[in-house]
Amino acid sequence: MLGQIKEITVMNIRNLPSRLGSSSVIVVGIAGVVGVLVGLLSMAAGFTDALESAGRADRALIMRDGTSSEMNGFLSVEQRAIIRAMEGVVHASGEIYVVAAIQKIGTDVDANVVVRGVEQASFQVRPEVKIVTGRSFESGRAEIIVGQRAAVQFEGLNVGDQLPVRDQTWTVVGHFSAGGSAYEGEIWADLANVQSAYRRGGGSSTMRLQMESAEAVAALDARLKSDPRFDLTARSEKKHYASQAEQRASLINSFGQAVGIIMAIGAVFAALNTMYSAVSARTVEIATLRALGFGGLPVVVSVMIEAVVLALLGGVLGGTLVWLAFDGYTASTLNNVSFSQVVFDFAVTPELLQMGITWALVLGIVGGLFPAIRASRLPITIALRGE
Amino acid sequence: MSLVGLMWANLFRKPTRTVLTLASVTVAFLLFVLLRSISAAFDSGLAVTATERLIVVPKYSQVDDLPYAQKQQILSIDGVNGITHTSWFGGTYQDPKNFFAKFPVDPLSYFDLHPELDLEPADALQRFARERTAAVVDRGLMETYQWRIGDVIPIQGTIYGKADGTRLWEFQIVGQFSEYGESSNFPLFLFHYEYFKEAAAFGGDSVGNWIVRLDVPDRADEIAQKIDALFENSSDPTKTATEDEFNRQFARQLGDMGFITTVIMSAVFFTIVLLTGNTMSQALRERIPELAVLKTLGFPDGIVFVMVLGEAILLCLVGGVIGVGLAFSISRGLAEALEGIFGSFTATPVFAVEAIVLSAVIGLIIGLIPALNAQRLAIADALRR
Repeated sequence: MLGQIKEITVMNIRNLPSRLGSSSVIVVGIAGVVGVLVGLLSMAAGFTDALESAGRADRALIMRDGTSSEMNGFLSVEQRAIIRAMEGVVHASGEIYVVAAIQKIGTDVDANVVVRGVEQASFQVRPEVKIVTGRSFESGRAEIIVGQRAAVQFEGLNVGDQLPVRDQTWTVVGHFSAGGSAYEGEIWADLANVQSAYRRGGGSSTMRLQMESAEAVAALDARLKSDPRFDLTARSEKKHYASQAEQRASLINSFGQAVGIIMAIGAVFAALNTMYSAVSARTVEIATLRALGFGGLPVVVSVMIEAVVLALLGGVLGGTLVWLAFDGYTASTLNNVSFSQVVFDFAVTPELLQMGITWALVLGIVGGLFPAIRASRLPITIALRGE
Repeated sequence: MSLVGLMWANLFRKPTRTVLTLASVTVAFLLFVLLRSISAAFDSGLAVTATERLIVVPKYSQVDDLPYAQKQQILSIDGVNGITHTSWFGGTYQDPKNFFAKFPVDPLSYFDLHPELDLEPADALQRFARERTAAVVDRGLMETYQWRIGDVIPIQGTIYGKADGTRLWEFQIVGQFSEYGESSNFPLFLFHYEYFKEAAAFGGDSVGNWIVRLDVPDRADEIAQKIDALFENSSDPTKTATEDEFNRQFARQLGDMGFITTVIMSAVFFTIVLLTGNTMSQALRERIPELAVLKTLGFPDGIVFVMVLGEAILLCLVGGVIGVGLAFSISRGLAEALEGIFGSFTATPVFAVEAIVLSAVIGLIIGLIPALNAQRLAIADALRR
């Protein structure tokens, strides 16, 4: 029987070019479904990746108790000095997290771009930050460095450009990378400059600490909570970014899947259509095979295989197109806690492509099944007459 | 038999094929209407808005604030007839995940400038204006958190502590409201600015943004420019836009939903054109001898052209109409099920018209080449096949 299946299948597939028009309907239909699905999910994957790769388990964020935004806190110089000296802290930087209204390239929209006031220690806390163009800012000068994703997403952030912020004008002196993390969507400036431009005195809104270990973060949190001088909480950076990613990413995922399912229903109809007409075009041929003694099952299997091959072709086509068009495409959205922009790259990951191919496979099987059954049930005598 | 009847009968010579094609077309237009609705809800921003109101925000950053002293200067501009303000208070109710906006406002001017808010009970505005720790709340929030009028709501200050060193703010709910009776995508918790001003450790002499009412909407651009010019060289420059524009900008900061919709629908319609086009050309090939007979009987080339073209348009139109019908019948339930994910969206008649026009256009594109072929068919050749 395996021999029969093989022979019919090979014959069908050799025939494919003569049915190019109708076969392409399955391929393109399924390519569309897989393309849109993988495209939308790659947005969620890229967003999650940018945020999660920013977070390390052994780095701590100090924020005001009861808030999940870096923007809201206030730490005085004295408070920062006390925390810096606490047990388990390796490096500590006081930082201020604010936003600036800067136009998103290609739109008329003023976006809330993150401006982070940093100290030299901020670079020790985040060794992944590296200057890729120009140089770093000098303390005490009105200079800024810009993450490489922010530079391509927002207007006027090339090296040499000037950014007016109230009574100061900042000059962009360099671009930096940060291992693909969300920091690449930020603007960094000297803490003192940001404090004065945003009228914050000597206060910072958050601190970043490199701890000795991930466990030291929890110990620090317990210590802060028990100290009446503080109204602060220490969270691992990893947890902080994971919780920021969660909500928006699951929204994009459910949207992508909903659209994917609706499109898949449409594509199944298209696939059924193609396979029914493939079967009907070959009625005489199939009946002849049956008359020659080929069984019903080989006919079913061969039609299924044809559908699945076409569907897989579509899945691969859709996945490839989306990968070519969108992988690495830079976009940005608002984070839902501080209303600031998160800049990320679409990530068409191997897992997503694999999932797309699985969808294609399922659609091919569903689309081939009923036509295959019909093909095997054709009464031989009537079919031979070509009716 | 009428021409349309003939087209219909022709469509169903292979019922399986037509029904399956129709189903694909239907799904495409169902998706079109749903995506258009979601995209429009997204673009229209966060609230029902009025063009005769302007929003004045700090020019350089949303996290800045504006000095209270600007109020009189804005009010003195010709064409401005009312002003009120809001501020971003932050604050957490029980858990940071319970996210909603809390604004300290001036009760009388805020509700004067927002007549679309139907505040109840009848004495709510009076009590809100008189009682320092009073708050009025969006109806949706009242339902979500099971609050009742009279409840005292504790809010932990995340940005603003109190001058006495504590960070616990307590507000008593004295009224509830909604916009035109609709549920809001951006529900508000409003409390008394005077209380905020007295109790806050800092920030009491400034506001987050101004809301300005104009005599006539036509002068919005001119007055917006005047306001910005007024403060351009001060230490607190502003950026002014109509409320519509402001909300649209905010929504677009989230992402370009319109662009995403366009990309998806292009993929879908490309497939539909290919699919239906293939069906039509197949149907035509099978019918060549029949068409020749029609021509022999004296049907002019023009009628044959119209017939084939009409068949394609009819197929797409029927699919479009069913798709639109389906979208309308499920959109309300779907919007409710997805509330909180996409906010509320509704399928409006505009999208139905768009979808149906689009379906006719697609039918035209698909039918044109088969119809031209049919028109050019020479009787002698065709009969021989």
